Amino acid sequence: MTDTNMITNLVEAVPQFSGYAYPNERTLHPLWSALIVVYPYVTGLVAGAFIMASLVRVLKVKALEPIYRLALLTALAFMLCATLPLLCHLGHPERCFEIMLTPHFSSPMAMFGFVYAWYLMAVLLLELWFDYRRDFVEWSRTEKGLRGLIYRAFTLGVTDLSEPALRLDAKMGRFISIVGIPSAFLLHGYVGFIFGSIKANPWWGNVLMPIIFILSAVVSGMALCVFAYLFLCWTRRVVADMQCLDLMVRFLFYALVLDASIEGLDWLHKLYSAEEGIETMKYLATSKLFYTLLIGQACLGTLVPLVLLGAMQLGGRGVAELNRRRIYFTCTALILTGVLLMRWNVVIGGQLFSKSLRGFMTYKMEFAGPEGWWLPALLLVLPFAILTVLIKYFLARELPTIENVVPGATPPGRA
Amino acid sequence: MSENFAQRSAVKSQGPGFAGASPYRVKNMTRRSVLRNLAGIAGGILAMPAAQVCKAAVQNGLASSNAPAGYDPTRHKWLMALDVDRCIGCGMCVEACQKENGVPQDCFRTWIERYVIKKPGPESGNARGETVVDSPDGGKEGFPALPVPKAEVLKSFFVPKLCNLCDHSPCTQVCPVGATFDAPDGAVLVDKNYCIGCGFCIQACPYGCRFFNPVTHTADKCTLCYHRITRGLKPACVEICPSQARIFGDLKHPVADDPLQRFIANNKVEKLKESLGTGPQVAYAGLDEVVR
Repeated sequence: MTDTNMITNLVEAVPQFSGYAYPNERTLHPLWSALIVVYPYVTGLVAGAFIMASLVRVLKVKALEPIYRLALLTALAFMLCATLPLLCHLGHPERCFEIMLTPHFSSPMAMFGFVYAWYLMAVLLLELWFDYRRDFVEWSRTEKGLRGLIYRAFTLGVTDLSEPALRLDAKMGRFISIVGIPSAFLLHGYVGFIFGSIKANPWWGNVLMPIIFILSAVVSGMALCVFAYLFLCWTRRVVADMQCLDLMVRFLFYALVLDASIEGLDWLHKLYSAEEGIETMKYLATSKLFYTLLIGQACLGTLVPLVLLGAMQLGGRGVAELNRRRIYFTCTALILTGVLLMRWNVVIGGQLFSKSLRGFMTYKMEFAGPEGWWLPALLLVLPFAILTVLIKYFLARELPTIENVVPGATPPGRA
Repeated sequence: MSENFAQRSAVKSQGPGFAGASPYRVKNMTRRSVLRNLAGIAGGILAMPAAQVCKAAVQNGLASSNAPAGYDPTRHKWLMALDVDRCIGCGMCVEACQKENGVPQDCFRTWIERYVIKKPGPESGNARGETVVDSPDGGKEGFPALPVPKAEVLKSFFVPKLCNLCDHSPCTQVCPVGATFDAPDGAVLVDKNYCIGCGFCIQACPYGCRFFNPVTHTADKCTLCYHRITRGLKPACVEICPSQARIFGDLKHPVADDPLQRFIANNKVEKLKESLGTGPQVAYAGLDEVVR
């Protein structure tokens, strides 16, 4: 017997369900696997990063200007990958454009296609273009070779740098930011609606689901911006702008308080109203999802960052800058993991019990194969790879212009 | 009055000192253009029925339902009813369905569940004990011996399951491309040449009636044997049932002494999970409260 056969037999020997599940539910994998966990996670990061960038444009929070472009580029990098998990999961990915060509308007998934296209084309790319246009023109004049060619192409032939033209750029950028905020909420609200609209599943069918998804998206996106900023400063051997960092973390803390409150309220309501399926949910939370829900999501991903960041709000000024940065880095890493686990608990947790409410299924994840570990992991790494390229081309420190070097940051010697 | 309004608006929009243009002009809006736009809107509304007919024609041309040419789905309303007390759990319906429709192994368009309700424990204060449900291989090979000692059994019965032909089917509602649809004759169908295989409909069905077909990589479900009923035959499961637990008929064309009409008239019928608002149509007689 080959190793592969042995492993397959071993996996098949473990019971796939306990109690009673409808015969069509007794599969080794849940229908929506880890790929569908990655899909709302990545989409949420886009929405959250954009909200962080919008704080600069719409609310005119000057202290956050240093991370404006980084936040937008982060949103773009993740946006480009947002639909890939869904696409990889389709039974017929070659028919994916039918969603756009012959959409079924009562389907949240069909509407997501349009919201995604609107957000990418009409919001994110346009805002980036208006913000970068002046730089594109200047860089196209100074840079040679491939870089020069890319910048020239991105000017789209609009090389007017007169005062009225630049004023129009700024005005358009702000206008698009204002439109972008509801669009970002819509983008991720729809993802939440995909799950919240399924009344067949008591774990999902919940009016608070879109709101929970939006809030956790904002939290994860903001955490990603802090994480990316700290990481970028570390790779460039510069010290982060602490005023900017402290403010980002303050917004992150407020968002986390709101998110934790609504999620707590959701559970409180579930437990108090004790509707059909509550026993199933309680069993899942205390057994199959104990580590991912109670330990990972609730304790490490929410409570610990809440306490640490809350303490930093109260007495953070007394903590040395280096330690502050370490705490922020740890907290954002925990929050990012916690939100990923939240997506896992929703997507996988919602499929671990039978719709007959009489039995439970088991999810055994493989490494290889289309539903294995490797593909979701790759799709989580891919946006970071794209972000690296984007930073190299559009946030490079050698580019001769205003705020491109993790602006606001200072070399270690001057910190 | 509208002229005055237009005049006022024109003055307001052009600002003081503007002269020379027609006072009836508000930007590019004239009375003629307004009327033309209104006529366009009215024309659009009037053209909607025609557009819907065209859309239906295109759908008929594109959607593959296996119905023969000339079959008019609007002239039928198919329904299946199930008599729980008659089902003996032989599993022949499940086997017939799989053979007739080429259903892959471990997937089920119809299946049978066995419910065993135990006697309550002494002094438990309950009217009945625990309910044990099973459906080994969908009941295709029949059922093994009772999972609990006979002395502990309060009652036991079989329940055949299939698509509930919902009036407000959540599965068709969520399909992002409209590959699954409610046919006018009551059947809920999937066009496997159009389905993208996202699985949303499978998640949305509260009855576990849909499955992901590992051969076609699309959603799959009971079609009431659409290729048969549109040719005047009964679904395979109904045809083969030895105890006549499955009753099938056309509500728009009842035959003389119609079994379906008789069944509905003579029984107190119930539907599954009605509280979800899906409007299930498949009628059950003799259903116990423990059945979900």
